[in-house]
Amino acid sequence: MDQSTEHTVVCRGVSKVYRQDAVAVPALTDVALEIPKQDFVCLSGPSGSGKTTLLNLIGGLDRPTSGEISVDGRRIDLMDKGELAELRLRRIGFVFQAYNLIPVLSARENVEFVMQLQGVSAAERAARARAILKEVGLEGLEDRRPGELSGGQQQRVAVARAIVSEPSLVLADEPTANLDSKTAENLMQLLRHMNTEHSVTFVFSTHDKLVMDFSRRLITLRDGRIVDDVRRE
Amino acid sequence: MRAFSLPLLLTLAWRNLWRHSGRTFAILFALALGVWSMVSIAALVRGSLEQQLTKAIENLTGHIQIHAPGYRDDPAIEHRMPPPGPALRAALARPEVTAWAGRVRVPAVVASERESAGVTLVGIEPARERGLSFIAKAVTAGRYLESADEPGLLLGRKLAERLETELGRRVVVMSQGVDNDIADRGFRVVGVFDTTPEATETNFVFVGRATAQRMLQLGDGISEIALMTPERNRLEPMLSELESVAPGLDVQPWTRLEPMLVLTETVTDTILIIWYTIVFVAMSFGLVNTLLMAVFERTREFGLFQALGMPPRHILGQVLMESLILLLVALAGGNLMAWATIAGLEGGIDLSAFAQGLEMVGVSPVIYPAFAVSDAAAANSLVFVLGLAASLYPAWRAARYVPVEAITRV
Ligand SMILES: Nc1ncnc2c1ncn2[C@@H]1O[C@H](COP(=O)(O)OP(=O)(O)O)[C@@H](O)[C@H]1O
Ligand SMILES: [Mg+2]
Repeated sequence: MDQSTEHTVVCRGVSKVYRQDAVAVPALTDVALEIPKQDFVCLSGPSGSGKTTLLNLIGGLDRPTSGEISVDGRRIDLMDKGELAELRLRRIGFVFQAYNLIPVLSARENVEFVMQLQGVSAAERAARARAILKEVGLEGLEDRRPGELSGGQQQRVAVARAIVSEPSLVLADEPTANLDSKTAENLMQLLRHMNTEHSVTFVFSTHDKLVMDFSRRLITLRDGRIVDDVRRE
Repeated sequence: MRAFSLPLLLTLAWRNLWRHSGRTFAILFALALGVWSMVSIAALVRGSLEQQLTKAIENLTGHIQIHAPGYRDDPAIEHRMPPPGPALRAALARPEVTAWAGRVRVPAVVASERESAGVTLVGIEPARERGLSFIAKAVTAGRYLESADEPGLLLGRKLAERLETELGRRVVVMSQGVDNDIADRGFRVVGVFDTTPEATETNFVFVGRATAQRMLQLGDGISEIALMTPERNRLEPMLSELESVAPGLDVQPWTRLEPMLVLTETVTDTILIIWYTIVFVAMSFGLVNTLLMAVFERTREFGLFQALGMPPRHILGQVLMESLILLLVALAGGNLMAWATIAGLEGGIDLSAFAQGLEMVGVSPVIYPAFAVSDAAAANSLVFVLGLAASLYPAWRAARYVPVEAITRV
């Protein structure tokens, strides 16, 4: 068996160079990384170190300039747009820093949205959405629109949506950046809970010390390179 | 598109429309107004055209006329023809002919004690002209002719004034008889008719056909046969039938007898097409602009859709769905408004205050809107199909790949 299938994410020699007005901006340089199943990884590093770029490449939202990236043993750097969209739909959950939710849909509809795209039946969608919203502590708020929820509640809906269709990987780019520290801590507890309960691999980024403390593995980026990679258990 | 996506797209489209309800109402109103103007202007223009056509056809033209060859170039007594033979009579008796009559129709001079005027003398069978021409309906003083044999004469009001004569007085009609001599005869004015255009009042005098035939020593000869059918736009079968039973006669439809009317009809269609185009272009600019605004302010959302794995065709579908809803609601509203307008104007719009002189050219100053299904269908399908086509651009803008920064960078 190919060893890469035991890893959710494998990066080999990944570089990303942005072109800005004919100037080459290297955002990631020669990144090698293996993330085993059910890992709970934090990408840390100062602003501009390449955290977002790396998460986008792993999530198939952007393409590397060079190098190989595999998710669940499949080379995503070789996929076309349609295959990438399908990969994101089926295997990857996203939690962004903000604007995670579709404003015209209620919390429940936002959670059901991805399942609807996947073709899950209405009855099953409703049952799963109800269960997951309860799990993230939003029971009773299912029919509120994002505008009627607090920032922390909105992020919880985003987590529920990311997890509900049981992806193999959840990517969260600074999920707590807009939250106060108490709310941020609650959200990180929720992510940890999801990681163990649902056997999903998590990769998130932050530059907040408090948030880093939740990780099982802390990777530090500086100027587009991995400068440190420690297990914390 | 998979079936499950339709309710989802519908929900998204519908709710997004009401995010900016003011903007949505504005574009709905504009679109409905455009549809309303298309349908109701078409009804007015059609109504006016319909009246002109009906008027001209009633003005002795009928749907089809039959003459001796040469009569149309020179409507003189030499170009007369015998009364219809058995084959032609049988054809005229068919149910496709709703009315027909043979007429004597020759140039003449009518004179009172004071004045004289050049006219066309028309000898008619009074009963047969009902349902065929305007004459019976237009008599406003005295009476209509009672038989083909009677000695009375009908005079237009304007001509009566010009001749300084009136109901009950005698006039003399002179014309060239078959033997090239001048034939003349005195008639009593038994009826005066009023009609439009005014030229009809001064151009025609009507007498009994047998009386005219005697005066001109025509025997049973006639100048023309005019007939009506149930449908003025489907004359082909009737024309070929008549041509085959009346060989050697000149059988012509109204479209050949009154080419100006056909031109008017073409001009009307062209005006409508131009109007539709102008209104549609204005409407589609509004629609596309509204959709583009909606698309641009939701770039981040479309980016989110893509990040979540929504296929671009669904994003395209979502914007098209918004357009579809706008168009359907606006079409419903516009048609309803137009229907109400047309129904409200059933009694006619009197333009005489604004348009003096219309009567002289044969346009009635009172326009009765005529709703034509084909015009309304054309307007509706134009707005619907081209409206959706115009929406493809904003939809494509939305479905286009959104740069990753729009999603991931705050
Ligand atoms: N679209 C882009 N064009 C040019 N440079 C970019 C672009 N996106 C990111 N960068 C650059 O790449 C580097 C890494 O950025 P990013 O991945 O956003 O870092 P982080 O998320 O750690 O703050 C930075 O120097 C940033 O300026
Ligand atoms: Mg970042």
